[in-house]
Amino acid sequence: MPYAIELRDISKRFGAVQANKDICLQVPAGTIHGIIGENGAGKSTLMSIIYGFYEADTGHIEVDGKRVDIRSSQDAINAGIGMVHQHFMLVENFSVLENVILGAEGGAVLKNGIGQARVELQRLAHEYSLDIDVDAIVEELPVGLQQRVEILKALYRGARILILDEPTGVLTPQEADHLFRILKALKDQGVTVLLITHKLREIMASTDNVSVMRQGEMVAHRETAHTSKEDLAELMVGKKVRLTVDKDEAQPSEVLLSAQNLSQFDSQGVKRLKNVSLELRAGEILGIAGVSGNGQSELLNVLSGITPMDEGEIHFAGQVITAKAPKNAAQMRDLKMAHVPEDRHKMGLVTGFEAYEAAVLGYHNSPVYNGKILMNRKVMLDECNERMAAWDVRPPNPHLKTANFSGGNQQKIVIAREVEQNPEVLLIGQPTRGVDIGAIENIHEQIVKLRDSGKAILLVSVELDEIMALSDRIIVMFDGAVVGELDAKDADERTLGLMMANAFNEEQEGVSA
Amino acid sequence: MFETLILMLDATMRVSTPLIFAALAGLYSERAGIVDIGLEGKILGSAFAAAAAAAVFGSAWIGLCFGILASVSLAMIHGFACITHRGDHIVSGVAINTIVAGLTVTLSMHWFGMGGQTPALVGDARFLDITFPFADAMESVPVIGQIYSNLLSGHNILVYLAFVMVPVTYWIIYKTRFGLRLRAVGENPHAVDTAGISVSFIRYRALIICGILCGLAGAYLSTAHNAGFLKDMSAGKGYMALAALIFGKWRPVPVLLACLLFGFLDAVAVRMQGVVIPGIGEVPVQAIEVLPYVLTVLLLAGFIGKAVGPKAIGRPYVKERA
Repeated sequence: MPYAIELRDISKRFGAVQANKDICLQVPAGTIHGIIGENGAGKSTLMSIIYGFYEADTGHIEVDGKRVDIRSSQDAINAGIGMVHQHFMLVENFSVLENVILGAEGGAVLKNGIGQARVELQRLAHEYSLDIDVDAIVEELPVGLQQRVEILKALYRGARILILDEPTGVLTPQEADHLFRILKALKDQGVTVLLITHKLREIMASTDNVSVMRQGEMVAHRETAHTSKEDLAELMVGKKVRLTVDKDEAQPSEVLLSAQNLSQFDSQGVKRLKNVSLELRAGEILGIAGVSGNGQSELLNVLSGITPMDEGEIHFAGQVITAKAPKNAAQMRDLKMAHVPEDRHKMGLVTGFEAYEAAVLGYHNSPVYNGKILMNRKVMLDECNERMAAWDVRPPNPHLKTANFSGGNQQKIVIAREVEQNPEVLLIGQPTRGVDIGAIENIHEQIVKLRDSGKAILLVSVELDEIMALSDRIIVMFDGAVVGELDAKDADERTLGLMMANAFNEEQEGVSA
Repeated sequence: MFETLILMLDATMRVSTPLIFAALAGLYSERAGIVDIGLEGKILGSAFAAAAAAAVFGSAWIGLCFGILASVSLAMIHGFACITHRGDHIVSGVAINTIVAGLTVTLSMHWFGMGGQTPALVGDARFLDITFPFADAMESVPVIGQIYSNLLSGHNILVYLAFVMVPVTYWIIYKTRFGLRLRAVGENPHAVDTAGISVSFIRYRALIICGILCGLAGAYLSTAHNAGFLKDMSAGKGYMALAALIFGKWRPVPVLLACLLFGFLDAVAVRMQGVVIPGIGEVPVQAIEVLPYVLTVLLLAGFIGKAVGPKAIGRPYVKERA
């Protein structure tokens, strides 16, 4: 039997980024096929290619054994492919019915098409247990039902292959469970489902086969029954070059920052940060491990004052920060908390600025850089030159636009800016993402140096090696909550991998039982 | 008293007509997500083209065709800048307004040499008023007869067309496939794109309709309401139509009511000219002319709730990188 969908050597490049490289994939008809990988592994790009949103640079797609040319979403729809996007493609002030028929109205005047759609939707709702009030306005529906509208849209257009891109990201656990029951029903009716996710639990619970993507490449195909969470976690993260950092035993002293029961909800009302408590001591590096997207970013944002918390409190520099008495990022900086954000392009730099300008961002109101009216360019330039020499930034040209430095050198500019302010606490996210090996060593040395001078460092990284090499103590986050804490000496990849997949406790229970 | 009211309502209809055309034009454009501050320029361009063609060919209908052609061309320039090249809608619209304001006068001087005017239109070169059957006979009947003969009868064809366009627009926007897609494109173009429909094509078609309606507004000004083109004769009607559009929350019937209200205030302003109110004295005309704008600001500021426009308005559609 031919495969429902088969990808052959699909490659796609965006400028310098190779988003997909020689992807091959075979999905048997009537199965649920999981595609798993970290954020940025290229899953969404691949699905956008299948749905005709982008055209692949090379390679082709076969549906039911026949080669299809998908150049637009219309082509994909004609080939029987439907997609439920991560961010719903719904017109919010339209009714469910209007959203479903958009693009498949069945005639120039709506009246007839709407009547037929109403009947057809009732049939679909009945067949797949997708009950919904078709006259409801979409923006008034809960997220789970909005997603159901997306599924109905695809089925109404006769989709036999359904792609779901991170479908549970916005759902409550109950809604997610219901979704998986729907997917099961679809599968029983012969629909082929492609499930894109970075959550191992979902893959293990619902798929027949699973493919793993890493850094734009398809690295493994497995039958779900013959694999395990640990196996997949390792494939997702990949084995990397061992990093070693020379450092002495940590000498942790007094608590500089403590957080109790921090929680945060996103705009959809989903709890992204769940009762996180932690203590950060002077002279230690606390590593936060976890598969990306499990609340680490939210934790950094809340601690640094970028987004306010919804519950809990932070004690820092003699202040108590709560939801009612928040402090913004500038106020936190004044209390000597520095922050190197995870995404240096979006949050760490203004890429159109020259290096010496980017080097004072966040501290630009400091009297050091300001005269009576104008900023003191000479001071800024001198300081930038000094730092560039000290941190080995190349090229050492303070007038070069930050966009034109390599990733490693951009990161050095950001880290230097924060570290040179001599903060008490440094929050640092993904310090070496997209940074070349040489620069990684340099950055790691500087972080350890800061620790040895009695400062506290909170390190968030999705690179396990980095966490293990740098941290003195490790906290593991999963699904917005802290699921484990251990001394770095006791940490190994296996234990951490299990904790990151939240499978550690289950296994322990299994052993003791 | 009743007669005065009839006369003022009659004037209201005449003054509202270009506002209705222009506001509906803006409705198509903005519902599709394209901000159209260039309504003013399109009206003026059409007014000039219509008057010039009518003067040359001696036919108001040929004038109307040229007016629409000019206005649609301007709409297409706006589309090329905003849709194809994802330019800023406001900048493009203001550019069109500025160019047209200068170009109409320049061309008019070059062609007609009458100091920026076109020759006065007479006979078939103008849209003339239509008198309904038995209008004269009915005039003596109180109330109903007066409404029939003095208010409903005696307007030119474009006035009636403007009022007919309101239910037609309602039907197109809410009851047809094109209308559904048009509204969707203004709210969430990504949804339209993923449904396999071209966002650009729908927006261009919306702008063509916008151009036609602005063309009607302009032709009305120069070949029906007046008898020839005058420098800057659109006199802010495009902006007032935009205000009516926002005031009417981008819905055809409320937009009509807003246009009528503005038209009525305009008629009042004319009526109040030179009238001395006891205790206050002569009311400056400007004080009344400013009312539509003051009203829009005040009402939007609190009395009618938030005017929520189409969500994707003014934002060029770019497929996002995943």
